[in-house]
Amino acid sequence: MKKKYKLPIIASGPVHPLQEEMEFFQLYIDGETVVDIDVRLSYNHRGIEKISESLQFDQVPFLVSRICGICSASHPLAYVQAVEEIAGITPPERALYVRTIINELERIHSHILWVGLAGHFIGYETVFMWAWKYREPVLDMLEKITGNRNNYGNVKIGGCREDLPEGIEAEINPILDQIEKKMDMLTKAVLDDPILHARLKGVGVLKKEDAVNYAVTGPTARASGIPIDVRRDDPYAAYDLVDWNVCVQEEGDVFAKAVVRLLETFESIKIVRHAIAKLPKGPIAVEVKEIPPGEAIGHAEAPRGETFHYVRSEGGNTPARHKARAPSYVNVPSFKASCIGEKISDVLITLAAVDPCYSCTERVGVVDSHSKKVIYDFDRLFQLSREKTEKIRKEM
Amino acid sequence: MSPDELVEKLNTIKSSLTQFEQLLNNRIYLSCESENCFEINKFLFQELKARFVIATAIDCEQYFEILYHYSYDQTGCVINLKCFIRDHENPQVESITPLIPAAEWIEREMHDLEGIEFNNHPCMERLILADDWPEGEYPLRKDWNHEKEI
Repeated sequence: MKKKYKLPIIASGPVHPLQEEMEFFQLYIDGETVVDIDVRLSYNHRGIEKISESLQFDQVPFLVSRICGICSASHPLAYVQAVEEIAGITPPERALYVRTIINELERIHSHILWVGLAGHFIGYETVFMWAWKYREPVLDMLEKITGNRNNYGNVKIGGCREDLPEGIEAEINPILDQIEKKMDMLTKAVLDDPILHARLKGVGVLKKEDAVNYAVTGPTARASGIPIDVRRDDPYAAYDLVDWNVCVQEEGDVFAKAVVRLLETFESIKIVRHAIAKLPKGPIAVEVKEIPPGEAIGHAEAPRGETFHYVRSEGGNTPARHKARAPSYVNVPSFKASCIGEKISDVLITLAAVDPCYSCTERVGVVDSHSKKVIYDFDRLFQLSREKTEKIRKEM
Repeated sequence: MSPDELVEKLNTIKSSLTQFEQLLNNRIYLSCESENCFEINKFLFQELKARFVIATAIDCEQYFEILYHYSYDQTGCVINLKCFIRDHENPQVESITPLIPAAEWIEREMHDLEGIEFNNHPCMERLILADDWPEGEYPLRKDWNHEKEI
C-alpha cells in the first residue's frame, strides 16, 4: 500500500489482533491523533463467487455458510431466498419458523461474543469471562438442533434439511430464561458503570450523515440513528409473524453500539420464545425440481448487518453469476469517518465496535517514518487502551 | 413514501431508462446504457435517498452488465439498476464513488476482477488481487482460464 503522507504510521495487519480473517490498516498519526486511515483487504480471498459458478444450486448453501463462521446461518439463508424467488418456491411455514429460530440463536451468540471481546479490549476481563460463559449454552443448543456449533448447514432450497429434535421446546425455554437472567445482570452492570460511560461515550462517533454515505448496516447503522433492519423492512422467514422491536440509538459512539447489541440480545431471546411457542406442525421442505432462468436478490439480517446475495440463473444446474456481500464490506470503510481525529488508545475499541470479522493473532506496530524504529507494537497499544480505562477508574 | 408513490417517482426518469420491470411487489429492475448511469445513480441516492447496497459486474461475453443494487428501506423495496457497457474490448463507465463513498471498494473490486475502468475514481488501487498480479488478467471474466499459471 502506498504511503500518502510524511507522517508516522501504525501498521495493523495483515492479520487482525483479536478477530478472525486478515486485513491491513495503515493509520497515519500526528502525535496521539489519527489523521487518516488506509485499509487493504483480500490477503485471504477465496474466490467464493467463482467457485459458486461451478457448483450446483443445492451445493452452494454449504459453500456460502463458510464465508463467515459466525454468520453461517444468514449467508445461506440470503442465497436460498434468492433462488426461491427465481423459482417461485414458497417454503412450508414450519421451515420459516425453524430458520428464524436458528438465525436468532446465531445473533444471540454473536452479540454476546462481541460484548466479551469489547470488554477484553478495554481491560474488563470479567466481562469477557462472563459473556463467553453465558454464550456456551447457546452454542450447545445450536449443536443439538443442527449438529454443529457453527456452519449449521440446515437451510436448503425449499425449506430446511433437518427438523428441530423432538422435545427441544422443553429444553430451550429454561436455557433462554437462564441466558436472559445473566444478560440482564451483565447489561445492567455495563450500562450503570460510570467508568464505561467515561471510557466509551463520545468515542469513535459515526455521524448519521457519514453512516448514510458509507451505507453502513446492522447495529452500526442503528447505533447512528438509522432505523433499518431487513427483518422488519423486507420481512423474510417468520419475522413478520412474531412480535419484536428494532433497537435504535442516536449517538453513534462505541457506547451506543454496545447498547444496541445488548438490547438486541433480549429481542432475539423474545423472538426465539415466540417462534417456539407458535411453531406450526407440518413438513419442513417442499420438493424442488429445477431452477428456471431468471435473476433475484435475497437479503437477510446477519448479526453484523445486512447480508446480500444476487443470483442469476440461465436454466442450467449452476448459477450463471452469484454475488455475495457480507455486512463488514460496507461497515469497515466507515472507519474513515469514525477513526479520524481519535486518540491512538481509542482506535482499538473503535475498530472493534463495528464487530468486523478478523482474527486473534495479529501484530500492530507504530513505526517512525524517518528512523523506521518501532514505537508502539500491538502489546503497547493494548496496554494504552487498558491504561486509559484504569486512569478513568482512578479519577472517579 | 408508499410503494405506488415510489414507482411514480421512478417514472420521472423513465426517459433515461431502456427498461422498467417490477418483478415482484418489492423488487424493481431498471435498465440503462452506460452514458446515463451516473445521473440515474445520482437520482437514486440523492433524490430518492435509497441506500446503496452493492454492485455486481457480469461478463456477458459480448458486453458487460453492472447491477447497482439499492434498498429503499422505508418500503423494503430493492431497486436494481442494470447498466449495460457495450464495448467489451475497452469497458468504461463513470465512477459513482465521488457521489457515494460506499461504492469505493466495490468499484476497485470490479476493476480488479472484471477489468472495467471507472473514470474519475479517486483511488483506483488494487483491492482484491495481489500487487504483483499481472496486468490484463481478470479472473471473473468468462473466458479466463483458471488453470493458467500466473
